[in-house]
Amino acid sequence: MQPPSEEDSAPPPPPIDGVVIQSICAAYDNDPHRMMDILIDTQAHFRWISPDAMHQIADLTGLSRIEVEGVASFYTFFSLTPNGRVTIRLCDDIVDRFAGMPEVAKAFEAELGIALGETGADGAFSLEYTPCIGLCDQAPAAMINDIVVTNLTPETAREIAARLKAGDTPEALVSDRFEALAPHARATRMVDNNIRHAGGVLLGPVPREAGLKAALDLRPSQIIDMVEASGVRGCGGAGFPSGRKWRFAAETEAERRVVICNADEGEPGTFKDRVLLTERPHLLIEGMTIAARAVGATEGIIYLRGEYAYLKPLVEEALAERRDAGLLGQAIMGAKGFDFDIRIQMGVGAYICGEEGALISSCEGLPGEPKTRPPFPVTRGYLGFPTVVNNVETLCHVARILDRGAKWFFDMGTDGSHGTKLFSVSGDCLNPGIYELPYGLSVHELLEMAGGEDAAAVLVGGPSGTMIARDQFDRRLTFDDLATGGAIVVFNGERNILEIVEYYMGFFVHESCGYCTPCRVGNVFLQKAIGKFRNGLANPEDIDYLRDLSATIIETSRCGLGMTSPNPILSTLDNFPLVYSAMVKPSKDRVRATFDIQSAIDGARKIAKRRSQIFDRDFTK
Amino acid sequence: MSGFSFTIDGVEITGAEGQTIMEAADAAGIYIPRLCDHEGLRHQGGCRVCTVKVGGRSVAACTQPAEPGLNVENETPHITKLRRDLVEMLFHEGNHLCPICEASGNCELQAMAYRLDMTDPTRFPYLEPSRAVDASHPDIALDTNRCISCGRCIRASQDVDGKGIFGYVGRGIHRQVAVNGENMAATDAEVTDFAMSAEVCPVGCIIRKREGFATPIGERDFDKGLIGHEIEGKKADD
Repeated sequence: MQPPSEEDSAPPPPPIDGVVIQSICAAYDNDPHRMMDILIDTQAHFRWISPDAMHQIADLTGLSRIEVEGVASFYTFFSLTPNGRVTIRLCDDIVDRFAGMPEVAKAFEAELGIALGETGADGAFSLEYTPCIGLCDQAPAAMINDIVVTNLTPETAREIAARLKAGDTPEALVSDRFEALAPHARATRMVDNNIRHAGGVLLGPVPREAGLKAALDLRPSQIIDMVEASGVRGCGGAGFPSGRKWRFAAETEAERRVVICNADEGEPGTFKDRVLLTERPHLLIEGMTIAARAVGATEGIIYLRGEYAYLKPLVEEALAERRDAGLLGQAIMGAKGFDFDIRIQMGVGAYICGEEGALISSCEGLPGEPKTRPPFPVTRGYLGFPTVVNNVETLCHVARILDRGAKWFFDMGTDGSHGTKLFSVSGDCLNPGIYELPYGLSVHELLEMAGGEDAAAVLVGGPSGTMIARDQFDRRLTFDDLATGGAIVVFNGERNILEIVEYYMGFFVHESCGYCTPCRVGNVFLQKAIGKFRNGLANPEDIDYLRDLSATIIETSRCGLGMTSPNPILSTLDNFPLVYSAMVKPSKDRVRATFDIQSAIDGARKIAKRRSQIFDRDFTK
Repeated sequence: MSGFSFTIDGVEITGAEGQTIMEAADAAGIYIPRLCDHEGLRHQGGCRVCTVKVGGRSVAACTQPAEPGLNVENETPHITKLRRDLVEMLFHEGNHLCPICEASGNCELQAMAYRLDMTDPTRFPYLEPSRAVDASHPDIALDTNRCISCGRCIRASQDVDGKGIFGYVGRGIHRQVAVNGENMAATDAEVTDFAMSAEVCPVGCIIRKREGFATPIGERDFDKGLIGHEIEGKKADD
């Protein structure tokens, strides 16, 4: 190792200490299924996961080193090289970019003296980009270790960087008495809820434990009947009827059953679960407890995305309060034999873990790869036990349905899309934030409420959803017309559609797990093809190529990621065809440049360390 | 065998409880193209070359359970086109230069391209990986630029040899097969391992030293017939 130079002030990362790793692994009983937590704690202590550490962890947990490395190298927040004391992750979502992130990034780079993707030589700071962190309504935003900062400008970025350089902790940026603040106060100081419209189900007044009390008066099968009769469908985006899911799990013979809350809200433009976790943690856990009662589960897991680490203390506090109040643990509410408890599983930066099989893999300490279906999680899920995975919003709905009745919920919304939905609206509108509204309103109506009337394009359901143009703003937000897990991203006429599409394809390339060929490789080809359009090098035939390749990826991919990743391209080809055809117009001389010789020979130039005698006019330079 | 019947491309075959579509097809002498699946190894369902259609839905034949009454589409022009796209993707993801590759003629990727009639110029861009060749081991060399991420070596080493020499690292397009150690020499790999045998690596990624070109071109596995002919031959033998 290089001796530190004179300017170096921050200490190097602590050397890998076997005793520390032993105690980390021991805290999880050396259980390989808790690999995520073991690696999280290892990185928290040493600021990276070194080859030595992986070796020791492998020995202690009975795995091979390559298996540990497989997990450590899968998740983007794990680092296999030493990170700085402070890691700053700037959200590079397209909404943040349009809100001025490039200037903010430049300010951070200048003030910290490091480029994006680098860790300073003094080991003080790491600076990197990360995909959507669920703060599009207050973009540009960033994570600084486990806290978040929002509404950044170049000025505030410089100020933050200067304070951190001067020795302030990230927490001190939030409040100088951060430790004294309650978790809820900390969270709401960092992040505005931006609740623009509170509906009658989740964000209006909610009586505590009314649903759970009602559930205890029912037999488990009656609870499932009620959930099924309410018409509630999965709110994460897929829309599977929740009651049916529960029935499958309840009907499977097993000694253990598991309820998992999917709080891995990763679809770019979605941030509704953030608000529910902040304002309704008890309702969520109540819903999980009801689910446990219904399917006969004794263990629960809340899978919280790494980007929401700042909400972890808040959820932990709610869990502790409930254990104290007899609402979790043994004999809940005095009901003999009703035992259920919940642990939090933190994610570490992987969109794919929102897919239920991948989420279960991750909870089991594996890389976040979807599982082969069948068997489905409801029959063989977490560690092989029947597992119900529900979205945060779905579980909150359930608690309200048990309190108010199936009919009350069923009567809201439209046929096939019952109840209310939390829409997270962001982008080019006056009032970005959360709107809780019954299913069935039109995009136009929502835009009016949000002050987004000059929208030229609206992305419904995030990049795996649909991008629509003005002529379709009268379409309705329902499962049957425009389905959405919550994301409504508004773009005005100034925005470059192809830039948006290219960004989202890059996102899918970054987030593909790599398990299956079409998603791993095909998405890279789609991204490159869009790049050709952006650079004016595309042919008219390339439009057919995009459609053809997209169809193969959709038809052959193994999970929902690959089955929807071409959607940004397909929905813009359908709804914004002129954007593409404008880029493939023949040039005046009828010669279309589809091949750029200069960039093609660039690699050869570098290797040969000289210029081309044929293609460079003055090859001596 | 107490079985049930279902059809593949209209041909009625017998399946048994617990069999996948592919297992039932193999037993009946119907070949479903595949790369990541190999007899005797756990099913992975990663390459997707065995994609078939069941009731209009695409599924991987190597992992999808056979069920009574299924009507499976296998070698339709549409499915063959999908498979050709997938094989093309694998060709373009790595560096597959058949004329200079020792595996040529024994290579399942190459053979699959022939079977699927991949004769037109390909449309995809080349990703041209540039990974260091690991020649550290006295008897085995590893050129992961030719790897198609089928993971057969991983499963063979783990489940058959009980060694766990290989594993996947990374994610997405950066996901690749790596060895459990600094390099091959640092592992307990032996050339006699099942994972290192000619039948496990379908391409020229795992190379056994000093046996290159022992079998001349023209007398190699797929010079004798299209990939899958051995399974299809079963039908004729019956």
